[in-house]
Amino acid sequence: MSQPSQRKYDAIVVGGGHNGLVNGAYLAKAGLSTLIVERRHLVGGAAITEELKPGFWFTTFSYALSLLRPDIIHELELTKHGFMPLLMPSSFAPGEDGDYLLLGQDHDLNVKEVSRLSKKDADAYDQYEHDISRVCQAMKPLLDNVPPNLFSKDPEELVAMAALAQQMRDLEPRVLHNAVRLLTGSAADFLDDYFESELLKGYLASSSIIGTKVGPRSQGSGLVLLYHNIGEHDGVFGSWAFHKGGNGGFTQVLARAAQAFGAEIILESPVTTVMTVNGKATGVALEDGTEIAADVVVSALDPRRTFLQLVDPRELPSDLVENIERFRFQGTSAKVNFALDGLPRFPTLGDRGDQYRGFTNIGPSMDYLERAYDEAKYGWYSSRPYIDCAIQSTIDPDMAPPGKHVMSCFIQYASYHLRESDWDSERQNLGDTVQRTLDGFFPGFSDLVLHREVVTPLDIERVVGLTEGNIFAGEFLAPQMFFFRPAPGWNQYRTPIDGYYQCGSGTHPGGCVMGAPGKLASQQILKDRANGASAI
Amino acid sequence: MFRTTPFHPRVQSANETGLWSHWAGYLVAEKYQMAEKFEYFAIRNAVGVFDSTPLYKYRITGTDAEKFLSGVLARNIQKCLPGQAHYTIWCDDSGYVIEDGVVLRLAGDQFLLTSARPNLSYFQNLIGYSRVEIEEVTEQLGTLAVQGPRSRQVIAALAPEMETIRYFHVVDSKIGDAAVTISRTGFTGDLGYEVWVDSADALSVWDRIMDAGEGHGILPFGQIALLMARIEAGLLLLDADFESSRFAWNDEHRSTPIELGLGWMLRDLDDDRPFIGRKAIRNELAEQTSRWKLVGLVVDWLDYDQMYNNAGLVPPKDHVPVAEEFMLYDADYQRVGYATSFMYSPVLQRHIAIARVKPELAKPGNRVDLEVTVNHRYERVGAEVVRLPLYNPQRKTA
Ligand SMILES: Cc1cc2nc3c(=O)[nH]c(=O)nc-3n(C[C@H](O)[C@H](O)[C@H](O)COP(=O)(O)OP(=O)(O)OC[C@H]3O[C@@H](n4cnc5c(N)ncnc54)[C@H](O)[C@@H]3O)c2cc1C
Repeated sequence: MSQPSQRKYDAIVVGGGHNGLVNGAYLAKAGLSTLIVERRHLVGGAAITEELKPGFWFTTFSYALSLLRPDIIHELELTKHGFMPLLMPSSFAPGEDGDYLLLGQDHDLNVKEVSRLSKKDADAYDQYEHDISRVCQAMKPLLDNVPPNLFSKDPEELVAMAALAQQMRDLEPRVLHNAVRLLTGSAADFLDDYFESELLKGYLASSSIIGTKVGPRSQGSGLVLLYHNIGEHDGVFGSWAFHKGGNGGFTQVLARAAQAFGAEIILESPVTTVMTVNGKATGVALEDGTEIAADVVVSALDPRRTFLQLVDPRELPSDLVENIERFRFQGTSAKVNFALDGLPRFPTLGDRGDQYRGFTNIGPSMDYLERAYDEAKYGWYSSRPYIDCAIQSTIDPDMAPPGKHVMSCFIQYASYHLRESDWDSERQNLGDTVQRTLDGFFPGFSDLVLHREVVTPLDIERVVGLTEGNIFAGEFLAPQMFFFRPAPGWNQYRTPIDGYYQCGSGTHPGGCVMGAPGKLASQQILKDRANGASAI
Repeated sequence: MFRTTPFHPRVQSANETGLWSHWAGYLVAEKYQMAEKFEYFAIRNAVGVFDSTPLYKYRITGTDAEKFLSGVLARNIQKCLPGQAHYTIWCDDSGYVIEDGVVLRLAGDQFLLTSARPNLSYFQNLIGYSRVEIEEVTEQLGTLAVQGPRSRQVIAALAPEMETIRYFHVVDSKIGDAAVTISRTGFTGDLGYEVWVDSADALSVWDRIMDAGEGHGILPFGQIALLMARIEAGLLLLDADFESSRFAWNDEHRSTPIELGLGWMLRDLDDDRPFIGRKAIRNELAEQTSRWKLVGLVVDWLDYDQMYNNAGLVPPKDHVPVAEEFMLYDADYQRVGYATSFMYSPVLQRHIAIARVKPELAKPGNRVDLEVTVNHRYERVGAEVVRLPLYNPQRKTA
């Protein structure tokens, strides 16, 4: 365990996930003496890269970037520290019958590829992209600003509410209506309005279920679809990139940036309590008994840990405690990561391998996804899961030895609560299920496997600390977003404890490697300090 | 009819796009993959291979070769020892730049010089009574640039002595059975090598390099990716960032080395080495008559994003270089220069440009306004003056 250099800091950030790092970097940049305290032996939380087999680098949990706010890249000068998002030149969606959808960087070729599946879907695809980009452009400012507090009578908040209402009124009716349809409806309804190809719909609908206990036909999946499209890579909405060295490469960049601004990071130092005196935070206590003092303590953990574990819930208003207790986590995602002896073979494409240079989406139809969901509803995991495969080693040679590959497979659905078993018993069965599914699409896949790592929802909870393995630190459901994330009235990064703040993915805007919670929380902290006001 | 390079059979089968362009009379790939940006990342994160054969190449030999070049080239060739290379320029009598190129000193009296355009008659007319021979060897030699962080591993796997060759050095070597010359040079601003090979052996060298690069993410890259890399590297391009003084119609289209930011080549101006343009350049320095200073620009991202967002548009981030002039203004809307190469840089995550500004504005950190069109109207966006190169990884020279 590394030691803090001081006994008192201006600010202590609990948790060195990417949001904790972003938050700490901004606070340090503003001149606060800042300590970031991480429980594990490495920073990054759900965004780490590990060498699990010599020469093979695994993105254990998250594996691609898109939501990251561009202003953070600039303000934290990340390119100086090695920030490098690598283009995914293709995106591949195998079908059940040997057919496939292979999209690339040439717009007109993509249109032709879509029209191979359905002539009608060709220009519908352009229309869809355009419509959803318009909604993204309209909604984007919401990601980059502290949301107003709906329940406050503070004049500043009333002005913010009025401004928000005005922003919405200024939108073209079609854009606003599409936004509402996405924010409240199902992805299936939205997509059905455009497309007839099942393969295309399955491919697009896959973004509507990631990390969330919904099927594409559930109301609410539209929100998840929108969320996964509102990110951008080099100015293109909905475009994803691999960070050099995986998402762990990215969090290492963040750590270097934070340190360059003067933040200190200590590892292997679990925080047990946020200390308070008379309703004011005074510092943190570590598991080994060390106490470190600070004026500001920021929790980068999920809301349940922030409110129910690090502090004594009895110090909090009971309606807040109640809201946090019923905040939905219910993780449904898992990972199975492989070291491979070569690239999988998709028979229709013969010996080609260039189709694997981005995501490979095993979700060949809306029905497939919905059926995969059915099993999760009843407390189990999908017998034919949705799989988002990513073989970063096809474009980033640092990930695996020459000729070998690492394949990250994001799996859904795997219900955190199993009906009549437990994850320690089911771990390898889940791995086998995934492998069997992959064998179905890529005959001989299993023969390529050199190493397999199965990450169950329970592992996500145990290793990263994300409650119930929810990858976003709390479900993306309308009643848990914006005004209500993580609880009504507590959506502005403050807590009822003076000097105690929250900045994890359980705060607005939410999960994904986006950094916005960390940044926006730092703004709030700095604003409160400037006002010299108490946090409430 | 256009020509093809000795690598053409491989280039042709590797080019998946059907997009070609013409460069110095040769057919060359604009890009090989649908995504030129993917090729660009091979240069920045793996290893890329570029066929630069079309560059004009001159072999300059003879007892007086060094003396000759020291009078013709502005940069002192005497400082370039055998086994070294120089990036260099040649100027006219008025101190304007004619062209630039790389000269490899293969032996005491043997040089290989590259240029973008033909220069043979120009050089030959300067020989006079010197014992110098100049031969154009463009067609005899194929040139393959192998560039990127993994280039050392790939090249050293074929020619182990490349493990230790230093920046801007050159050695004779072998790749397979083919005799080659390999220099630690390139036009990408990254770690990189250029392999010079007899045309007859070109294909075998291509094949061996590609084989050695297997698993290292090796990709051939085309013109677009090269241009992206060279702008980040702050490397000048004839007819984009400057024009040859030989063919310019007036001085507005001519540039001096000082104006192009190449003053560092002329540290020995006060020594007694006569070279073409020396007197004029000394005058320019003494009287401070330089009109411009070449600089890098980094566009203010916030300004840029807000300008487009306010216009109801998504801020475009297009990495394909635009070789057009963009006007530069000061805060009083007075014209203070122009940008010549503009692009969005993926590794810097900013819009960048190579530009020239009035010398008094060239200090790094100065702000100028760059003119762009938004919604069919001229708008100005802030940009910071920075030193070139804009991107300069340590591995380039390490
Ligand atoms: C399997 C998986 C796949 C994903 N894929 C993607 C993807 O491809 N792209 C994407 O954008 N998003 C993805 N996500 C979501 C994204 O990774 C997360 O939303 C995000 O990384 C969470 O970041 P955070 O900083 O808010 O929290 P975390 O990353 O959870 O960080 C919290 C940190 O706090 C530490 N900690 C916990 N308790 C304590 C304590 N008591 N004391 C000190 N430290 C403590 C933890 O060790 C951890 O480092 C994925 C998530 C998972 C789990």
